[in-house]
Amino acid sequence: MARVVVDVMLKPEILDPQGQAVANALPRLGVTDVSSVRIGRRIEIEFAGEPDLDRAREIADKLLANPVIEDFTIHVHEDASAEVV
Amino acid sequence: MRIGVVTFPGSLDDGDAARAARIAGADVVRLWHGDPDLHGVDAVVLPGGFSYGDALRCGAIARFAPVMESLVDAARGGLPVLGICNGFQILCEAHLLPGALTRNQHLHFRNRDQFLRVESTDTAWTNGFTDGQEILIPVKNGEGCYVADQRTLDQLEAEGRVVARYIRGNPNGSQRDIAAITNEAGNVVGIMPHPEHAVETLTGPSLDGLGFFTSVLRALAGASAGAHAGGHQ
Repeated sequence: MARVVVDVMLKPEILDPQGQAVANALPRLGVTDVSSVRIGRRIEIEFAGEPDLDRAREIADKLLANPVIEDFTIHVHEDASAEVV
Repeated sequence: MRIGVVTFPGSLDDGDAARAARIAGADVVRLWHGDPDLHGVDAVVLPGGFSYGDALRCGAIARFAPVMESLVDAARGGLPVLGICNGFQILCEAHLLPGALTRNQHLHFRNRDQFLRVESTDTAWTNGFTDGQEILIPVKNGEGCYVADQRTLDQLEAEGRVVARYIRGNPNGSQRDIAAITNEAGNVVGIMPHPEHAVETLTGPSLDGLGFFTSVLRALAGASAGAHAGGHQ
């Protein structure tokens, strides 16, 4: 399966109130050593043929991420069986 | 004058926007997201709601609707466009306006009557107000926190493109209390609160919202009078 993974994150300077809410809830789990949580989005794109990183980058830039507030990274998803080894 | 109101799948306030335009004295033309034809309208309102279910990001999918292809070109050519709430989000996603609308800082959906100060009366949609006029219209959003980089914010301020600011409390954490902005030409305005819900005493907290719709009719009348006068010279 030709799968490309796009990770979208808010830029560091953009406030992430969801991440803050999660961070603020952690002490209720007894977790007190986490200083920051930021939440992003993982998108998996499956190509019919070979994974096309350039196409994926174009898709990410035009639609999946808003470059005004978000950064993205792209990588080809490793074969799951290879990951086990 | 003909004002078009676009309906996307998930639009909620298209009916109220159409009604507001009608009360202001416009002929209303309902436009459909899947139809690239703007049907010769003189101005367009992108209404509030949750176009395409807010999938991915608010306005991200609507930006690619067939009607938007025509609208982006027309707006760049000077067609007056008002984006309200989700419409504002769509205008930012379509790069007709700078910046972005993000989750309210406190994470709560906020629905209340909100005071604004009108800070630019040079736009097609606010020429009927007076500079510094305080108005009261409803705000109702979950993702209305306006953000942009410092340079963009400074530029908006320097060029007088902050159209309205929240006063007596910022409902969503918007940077510099920004509630509405305009493009360089002043024909495209995005506003997070809802002027179309403040056009009748029965249902609104004031009649202040009507000013946006009467302003554009005045701008259009002025433009056509100017064109007419120009034709005689």
